[in-house]
Amino acid sequence: MKYLMLAILLWAQLGVPQPRVIEISAKRFEFTPNQITIKKGETVTLRVTAEDRDHGFLQEDLGIDLDLTPGKVAEITITPQTAGRFTAICDTFCGSGHGNMKMVINVVE
Amino acid sequence: MDRRDFLKISGMSLGAGALISVAPAMKANAGIRSWFHRHNGEAPAPFTLVQLSDSHVGFSGPPNPTGTKAFEKAIDIINGLDPQPELVLFTGDLTHESETPGEHAKRMQTFQSITSRLRATKVMHVPGEHDAALDHGALYRQFFGETYYAFDHRGVHFIALDNVSRGKPVVGAEQIDWLKRDLARYPKTTPIIVFTHRPLFDLRPDWEWFTRDGHEVLNVLAPYENVTVLYGHIHRHDVHQTDHAAHYASKSLIFAFPDPTTAGDKKPLAFDKDNPFRNLGLQQVTEKRPLQVDDIELTLREFSGTNGAQQISRTGAFL
Repeated sequence: MKYLMLAILLWAQLGVPQPRVIEISAKRFEFTPNQITIKKGETVTLRVTAEDRDHGFLQEDLGIDLDLTPGKVAEITITPQTAGRFTAICDTFCGSGHGNMKMVINVVE
Repeated sequence: MDRRDFLKISGMSLGAGALISVAPAMKANAGIRSWFHRHNGEAPAPFTLVQLSDSHVGFSGPPNPTGTKAFEKAIDIINGLDPQPELVLFTGDLTHESETPGEHAKRMQTFQSITSRLRATKVMHVPGEHDAALDHGALYRQFFGETYYAFDHRGVHFIALDNVSRGKPVVGAEQIDWLKRDLARYPKTTPIIVFTHRPLFDLRPDWEWFTRDGHEVLNVLAPYENVTVLYGHIHRHDVHQTDHAAHYASKSLIFAFPDPTTAGDKKPLAFDKDNPFRNLGLQQVTEKRPLQVDDIELTLREFSGTNGAQQISRTGAFL
């Protein structure tokens, strides 16, 4: 039975396309990279890590709302359906300079 | 009662926040008058209030190398008003944060030292994110008390809302529940002034000029017929009408931000050494009909013009 379950998991891994993973790091007062591009309709997983202290990662139009804590990876999978330029911000106040901590998510046709 | 009958922001050529004349119940129905009399013994009467915002005590940088000078001048101007405002409301960012141990407390002490010179005795505050976001309001409470509360003044119900101390631009479910309970006691025609730091509507979300659950707050306020919201945070004058409330932003007393409808980035406007307090000041509310809100710049005559910065230096204002 155990081997059957492993075989099913392996089949699932091989048979189902996995979303592209984009790694993003957050530290006062910047995201790295500060710009990413996704195709409209493409499913991507954003893996976001706080390097120095708590931050937020918010882009309401794309359904992104993550709380970031150092030592933990926050993850969200999205499939944007609208092309455009979306600005994600840190919405957890992190000091002077917080107000300009943001990055751009370009969704292209 | 028409909202304009209760709140009249009267025009005076001053640059010190917002001078607001309130005639709360003079034209209100007898029910409101008797309700306030029964509940707090007050006799509703016209009065004036001043709104100040974003003094950022402790801030030091190129956008304003004069520190607290505009703030201190504003206090002098308010003290010269006749009649005196009965209320002075501060809508957040009283201080600029510091992570140096003890420094933020010193800045709060400096703020209180400056405001202790006010002749007006009823001075109320709400925190901004620079006051209260990093420690969730712990230090702020030591100096100024609770971050949200309500009180009545001469027939107007005032509500101080905290949309900063959770570290995010939110009011939060607990405070919204409190707001519902607080409002439940009041008739729907009660004049209400909400004062808070961030805008309760989506002014420019990518600049964090919004409150994520602001729409929930406005929904709670929606049944009330006379709601005005005073706020700060955006360092510029702004007037906005939502379905059931009028929103007025006061200028800052430290530096200005650009027009959110045309600017790409949120960067402070450059310091003008010849006109050091340009773009600082207040909104002026005029007792005219329809309601008129005028934007008044804190242009200090003696410190403006081509020799502005030199004049400040000579008078020791930079010290």
